[in-house]
Amino acid sequence: MSIFRHHKKIETHATLLLVLSFLVVTIGGIVQIVPLFYLENTIEEVEGVRPYSPLEIAGREIYLREGCYNCHSQMIRPMRDEVERYGHYSLAAESMYDHPFQWGSKRTGPDLARLGGRYSDDWHVQHMIAPSSVVPESIMPSYGFMMNRTLGRSDAEHVRDIMRVYRVLGHPYDDEMMDAALDDFFAQADPEGDPGVLDRYPGAQQRNFDGQPEVTEMDAIIAYMQMLGTLVDFDTFVPDQSR
Amino acid sequence: MAEAPKNRPSGKKDEDVPTTGHSWDGIEEYDNPMPRWWVWIFLITVVWSVGYWIAYPAWPGIQSATSGLLGYSSRANVSTEIEEFEARNDMWFAQLMETDLDEIREDPELHRFAVNAGSSVFAAQCSQCHGAGGAGVQAAGYPNLLNDAWLWGGTMDDIVTTVTWGIRNEDYMDARWSEMPAFGVDGLLDEEEIDAITHYVLRMSGQDYNEDLIELGAEEFQWNCASCHGDDGGGNYDLGAPALNNQIWFYGGTEEDIRHSIYYSRFGVMPGFETRLREAEIRAVAAYVHQLGGGQ
Repeated sequence: MSIFRHHKKIETHATLLLVLSFLVVTIGGIVQIVPLFYLENTIEEVEGVRPYSPLEIAGREIYLREGCYNCHSQMIRPMRDEVERYGHYSLAAESMYDHPFQWGSKRTGPDLARLGGRYSDDWHVQHMIAPSSVVPESIMPSYGFMMNRTLGRSDAEHVRDIMRVYRVLGHPYDDEMMDAALDDFFAQADPEGDPGVLDRYPGAQQRNFDGQPEVTEMDAIIAYMQMLGTLVDFDTFVPDQSR
Repeated sequence: MAEAPKNRPSGKKDEDVPTTGHSWDGIEEYDNPMPRWWVWIFLITVVWSVGYWIAYPAWPGIQSATSGLLGYSSRANVSTEIEEFEARNDMWFAQLMETDLDEIREDPELHRFAVNAGSSVFAAQCSQCHGAGGAGVQAAGYPNLLNDAWLWGGTMDDIVTTVTWGIRNEDYMDARWSEMPAFGVDGLLDEEEIDAITHYVLRMSGQDYNEDLIELGAEEFQWNCASCHGDDGGGNYDLGAPALNNQIWFYGGTEEDIRHSIYYSRFGVMPGFETRLREAEIRAVAAYVHQLGGGQ
């Protein structure tokens, strides 16, 4: 077959091989990736998903810092056993404000995509301090030190910086949200704090999550845990079946 | 040095096979054809992939990707599968919804179904706090469901209400609600009065106590505690006020634990399952909890 005779030319010219390899990979990439940005049926409009509140961002940063994603996924696949155990399968839009997304790839512990509201704050505090005291078979390490790590103004400023970056990435933080960011950070962990944080971030929880007077990392991580997967109301939103 | 094999399966000898013509430091390469079976499988996979493109979602277009002749969709699949399994239990769940809560246990077959279905719901949704066997976590505020001590009542109706709306959560207006004052933190009682009540409760529950504090303790108990916990400390189901005159403790019964409860109060929260479970599942899990040992 003569076409394979020409192949010899490619095999024996390193530069030509390199150029043509790039060409093949580029075509493959374009075909697989580019359509995701314009196809209407991959960009599902979902009501209720909003960017994270400042305290939730802090909690999410702790989630990343501690490597929670190594043992916990945040991605309920469309399979009967997962839907029955964890709740409605995850939608792409629910991760739209995650940079990077936290789908994970391994479940040593359970999936957390719909964790919000499933346990009380007290349970979370106790479970973080001594996981096996509430779930005897758990091998999760203790994260009780988060109770002692107070979050102050510089942490709130750091979160505001993160929000600025998110804004560049296209998250819809408006000027009011940016101006209120430092106050919202502390108000969300204070049951008597400014309720404006709930207007700016509908579906956020405003409580003293860990029961201690100061705002700690425990408050932040629980504020984040308690909103996971709660933003979309599946009573009113029915995802398109043909995706 | 091992000798090169002289005979090949095809019967060709080494010297009959041409080389590629390359030579690296005197090493040459035979130009044997690839095995026939391998080439055929490769070609078949190429043909197969064309069929796959036609049958399943594959090529992106302008508005959407080609959907494929089989109409495959993972989302549709999961809802079909769930519907299929629900249809198998439909008769039972329908019966569970039609039967009066208290009459479920009078129909042995229905009861067996309810308890089995309830036990899987319990394992997935309840065991993290109440324990895999329902024994709760003692002294940590997760109640034991195996005994007949109830905070909010142990009839089927009571259990269904508790599971549906939860306790002291902010998600449901109908959640069971009560709040004990934090007598120490809020400055309602001084240290001496709190100590006195602690010892009065110790006596009430049949433990060692300090006789000197009992008179003041009894008086303060009547003023501050009896309206919810009862004159004799018998508790009150309607208010979720636990009985204090027995050895069943929710947050521990040592002097230190009791003092902590009076000083800081306790505020146990249970989420509601109204949106997480279907009503029939709630009825099933109630039947399961009811038969664990303490149902009323």
